[in-house]
Amino acid sequence: MADEPLVLGIETSCDETGVGIVRGTTLLADAIASSVDEHARFGGVVPEVASRAHLEAMVPTIERALAEAGVSAKDLDGIAVTAGPGLAGALLVGVSAAKTYAYALGKPLYGVNHLASHICVDQLEHGPLPEPTMALLVSGGHSSLLLSSDITSDVRPMGATIDDAAGEAFDKIARVLNLGFPGGPVIDRYAREGDPGAISFPRGLTGPRDPAYDFSFSGLKTAVARWIEARRAAGEDVPVRDVAASFQEAVVDVLTRKAVRACRDEGVDHLMIGGGVAANSRLRALAQERCEAAGIRLRVPRPKLCTDNGAMVAALGAEMVARGRAASDWDLSADSSLPVTDTHVPGRSHTHDHTHDHDHVHEVAKDNLYS
Amino acid sequence: MLLLALDTATPAVTVALHDGTSVIAASSQVDARRHGELLLPAVDRVLAEASLRLDAVTGIVVGVGPGPYTGLRVGLMTADTFGLALGVPVHGLCTLDGLAYAADVAEGPFLVATDARRKEVYWARYADSRTRVSEPAVDRPADVDVGGLPVVGAGALLYPDSFPDARGPEYVQASALASLAAERLAAGEELEAARPLYLRRPDAQVPKNYKVVTPK
Ligand SMILES: [Zn+2]
Repeated sequence: MADEPLVLGIETSCDETGVGIVRGTTLLADAIASSVDEHARFGGVVPEVASRAHLEAMVPTIERALAEAGVSAKDLDGIAVTAGPGLAGALLVGVSAAKTYAYALGKPLYGVNHLASHICVDQLEHGPLPEPTMALLVSGGHSSLLLSSDITSDVRPMGATIDDAAGEAFDKIARVLNLGFPGGPVIDRYAREGDPGAISFPRGLTGPRDPAYDFSFSGLKTAVARWIEARRAAGEDVPVRDVAASFQEAVVDVLTRKAVRACRDEGVDHLMIGGGVAANSRLRALAQERCEAAGIRLRVPRPKLCTDNGAMVAALGAEMVARGRAASDWDLSADSSLPVTDTHVPGRSHTHDHTHDHDHVHEVAKDNLYS
Repeated sequence: MLLLALDTATPAVTVALHDGTSVIAASSQVDARRHGELLLPAVDRVLAEASLRLDAVTGIVVGVGPGPYTGLRVGLMTADTFGLALGVPVHGLCTLDGLAYAADVAEGPFLVATDARRKEVYWARYADSRTRVSEPAVDRPADVDVGGLPVVGAGALLYPDSFPDARGPEYVQASALASLAAERLAAGEELEAARPLYLRRPDAQVPKNYKVVTPK
């Protein structure tokens, strides 16, 4: 529908420079420039490398998104941007661009939450989000279980990792197996030819007295590394495919078990899975199997929408416009630790319709921010 | 001509408007940790002060550093995006040149030095206030060959042992950058590309090997 909000979204919280354009819940463009290759030799994302790449890529990526969508910037109804959480210096590049673009075009600016955007992106794939929706977000930067009754105003954390993100564990095990970075896709590939039951790796935080919805992948990471090192020390070959499959099984077993349990406990009949790890084929398959058994509708966007992108930010921005949420101020700052409950950063003159009494100080006073 | 000049390469968040003849509005705030928050409201303020609309701007001038990266990128990203949205050229100028232009030095050669953190300075050598004679560099103060010359900028004031003849101004003002750019453009000179002068490689440790977790 032509009267649905046309919104451009900018995402720079990690190593992808993403610019997406949506009309309501329809995806029009999803332009991405990634600096992942520049990080590969470091075995992880180097914040300064990412920030430099965002600055170079931003204007061409905006131009590409506009061309792809076939729309003119003056027809936009708003500009949305990831205000946090993420890498402070990287976020600031996107926020600077979005603010300036919105100001210069005379459009409202919406600083939005990266995690809420990961959930909202599913609207572009499967239509409006059911309310409430349970969301399992898993990537190199986050592993959380969130319950949302309104993606523009109410996202409640059910559980989260107490140590490493799931994607970090994939990267680490890939490194131990000398498979390169990033680890997710390559582990998935090897695991397809391996036996997931070959080695019994531990399932973190699944004891009867453990928190029901929190995750822990640090112990698993250590156990897998030890197992591999013991093989190597004994001069034996490491069965890479079986290790990959057994490790992956331990991760996705815990993720899906806890997500389904949270749905059951809360009486929620929809589960969405987002974040880079949602591209994992075994996670998708096992989640499908367990959701079906539990009578839960599973929604997983296509892999390109699961990883960080601008379309997800635009999707949440469009929802902010559609629901009449307050725009952000021109002094919007990047907030590397923006709480998940802050779905967006409304301007101060509008704080009365802000549902949380979270007294957040929007200071970018992080030591790592200013090099 | 209406130039919008801005610089975030030093602790100052500084913006100025120049109509080709003179600076008609300017704002400078010193807050090394809030470049991102302060810059756009400052642009809005100088436009209001000059009673001009953004679409009257015919060119952007931005200090390309060298300067601490996170703050520096705020200015460059803002300048690039104004260029995109307004369809006007974005000109770069070395931030140190802006300091030299406003230098408190009557005549003759001098140096400009700004704080590069990590006990180093960004610096360059000038024959006079409009003529830089060395590429911008980053070094420890003791390694800069001052040769008894005056040194302009906060980098000089920070290290009096290495720079005994320190002069102002401490931080660059966008009004100086705007005036310098207007002069050069009027003379038909090309300005620099609006690309950041980082002068250092990104900090990144290449892991030699994965961390062995088996207890020895
Ligand atoms: Zn993400």
